[in-house]
Amino acid sequence: MTSSPMATYQPERRALALIGGEATDANLRRYLHGIPGIDAVGLEARAADLGTRSIKTSSKRWAIDTIIGLIDLTTLEGADTPGKVRSLVAKALVPDPGDPGCPRVAAVCVYGDMVGAAVTALGSAHAAGGTQGAGVQRVHVAAVATAFPSGRASLAIKLADVRDAVAAGADEIDMVIDRGAFLAGRFGQVYDEIVAVKEACRRTDGTLAHLKVILETGELNTYDNVRRASWLAILAGGDFIKTSTGKVAPAATLPVTLSMLEVVRDWHRLTGVRIGVKPAGGIRTSKDAIKYLVTVAETVGEEWLTPHLFRFGASSLLNDVLLQRQKMTTGHYSGPDYVTID
Amino acid sequence: MNRLAIPKTYKLYIGGKFPRSESGRVYEVLSHKGDFLANAAKGSRKDARDAVVAARSALSGWAGATAYNRGQVLYRIAELLEGRRAQFVDEIVSSEGVTTAVANAQVDEAIDRWVWYAGWADKYVQVAGNANPVSGPFFNLSVPEPTGVVAIIAPQGSESLLGLVSAIAPALVAGNTVVVVANENAPLSAISLGEVLATSDVPGGVVNVVTGSPAEIAPWLASHADVNALDLVGAGDLDWVELQISAADTLKRVLPPESGADAAAPALQRILAFTELKTVWHTKAIL
Repeated sequence: MTSSPMATYQPERRALALIGGEATDANLRRYLHGIPGIDAVGLEARAADLGTRSIKTSSKRWAIDTIIGLIDLTTLEGADTPGKVRSLVAKALVPDPGDPGCPRVAAVCVYGDMVGAAVTALGSAHAAGGTQGAGVQRVHVAAVATAFPSGRASLAIKLADVRDAVAAGADEIDMVIDRGAFLAGRFGQVYDEIVAVKEACRRTDGTLAHLKVILETGELNTYDNVRRASWLAILAGGDFIKTSTGKVAPAATLPVTLSMLEVVRDWHRLTGVRIGVKPAGGIRTSKDAIKYLVTVAETVGEEWLTPHLFRFGASSLLNDVLLQRQKMTTGHYSGPDYVTID
Repeated sequence: MNRLAIPKTYKLYIGGKFPRSESGRVYEVLSHKGDFLANAAKGSRKDARDAVVAARSALSGWAGATAYNRGQVLYRIAELLEGRRAQFVDEIVSSEGVTTAVANAQVDEAIDRWVWYAGWADKYVQVAGNANPVSGPFFNLSVPEPTGVVAIIAPQGSESLLGLVSAIAPALVAGNTVVVVANENAPLSAISLGEVLATSDVPGGVVNVVTGSPAEIAPWLASHADVNALDLVGAGDLDWVELQISAADTLKRVLPPESGADAAAPALQRILAFTELKTVWHTKAIL
């Protein structure tokens, strides 16, 4: 995942053209409130319907390997240690030691101060600056930043947080929006913050770390707000929109993800630019994850099922997917004794 | 005016709930004369899988309960069986074609056997455990601990309730959790026992009852990597050697099939079959 397409992509100008003026609270409010509202019942019914598709045998095998390749293997605990990050990286590189054919995950996701440990542990398998050649999937390092998970800090501290992580070698930054400002209607502030964080993602060589914008949908209360926040994040230049931090319940749900995918679809039709989506938190079983794959394929198309356009933020999901994979490989049910304890 | 009889739907018992089979299948349970008795759920491999998940998640709570507590909970089941006696007798009479007196005797025997096993809960460790003599200033203690999730093929012959009780009670005593494939031809007492368990103090998931074809379900349980032991007591008519071989792939404890009048007779050995001996060293206190 390089940031080269982003270098020519100028969100500021596009956004200003769309909202018809400066990114002020008033202009943004007029634009965001002009977006058609969401039929919540219809959205939930559609999501439930997509969840009933039967994915079996060879399709399931494909789905399982695809899911593994889309996972951001995550550890975001106060008790994280360099050792824990090293074992996370080991699992990211070789998810199933019993089966060398098992694909690698897309990225590991850690707190900013653990980026160095993750980069060191990845070594030649690190996406940026890694030396492993073609045909080998290299693993990205994603860092949560901007006073994750609450986002309650001054802008200067948030930006310093981002710069630290980028300087330590993070390929992707997962930022949280200021939900307080969003709910209070200060859209301009949220917008400016995302723009500033995007700029802070710039590396010394001028390239940009990939920016994922966490909306924390569990705190936005309505689907309409989720849709507005999605538009706002995309207008401001986010490369990815991400549902949740995983620290607030409810985290990712299928209807919320569907509504965000619809925004991404509309944005693609409007501008031709593809934005990524990352549901995070609460996706624990392969069955759930397959529902998300179906929803993505049906809403934005199968071309979105690549690591630079769709990710799962998860920690326990990988183990369940591996158990399913072992079941399909060996023909008998596997058990938790056959995967690592995280 | 004639009243329309309301027949009962017999479902599975998994994780403390009574789901239908995920496959949606049912099969007819017939009386000894071949008359229709009830529709029972025809469990599938996925029901067995769900049952193992339920049993696994219930294990730490059940194995971690004190032996005294487990004994009380098991004894309470015997009390509830007594209260449901009429229903069990009725089901045994209709499905096995025996007299009420014989059915009563079977229920008596099942309850007595349950009480007998319940009594062992806080005693078998003293019998099977040991303070081993060692040549040093240490204690060396061996204690039996539960093996884990035990899959049981219930006895398939006559005496459906007694056979079931004889198979699951000993596995529960030590703190194992159980997935039992019921008697295929006479599954009604197994489901009714599930109803007794659901209203007793046994936590959901400790006992899971799957009705259906043992020939279909047993291979999946035998090869399941998250099952720790396999009791083939009622698998005499199945290809049980094959089941033992696939159980060996994941190092399960296995009990062989038994047949005849004293199949699964009450014995301390049945409890100990599903325990693992843990031996620990500890320094002697310096006084």
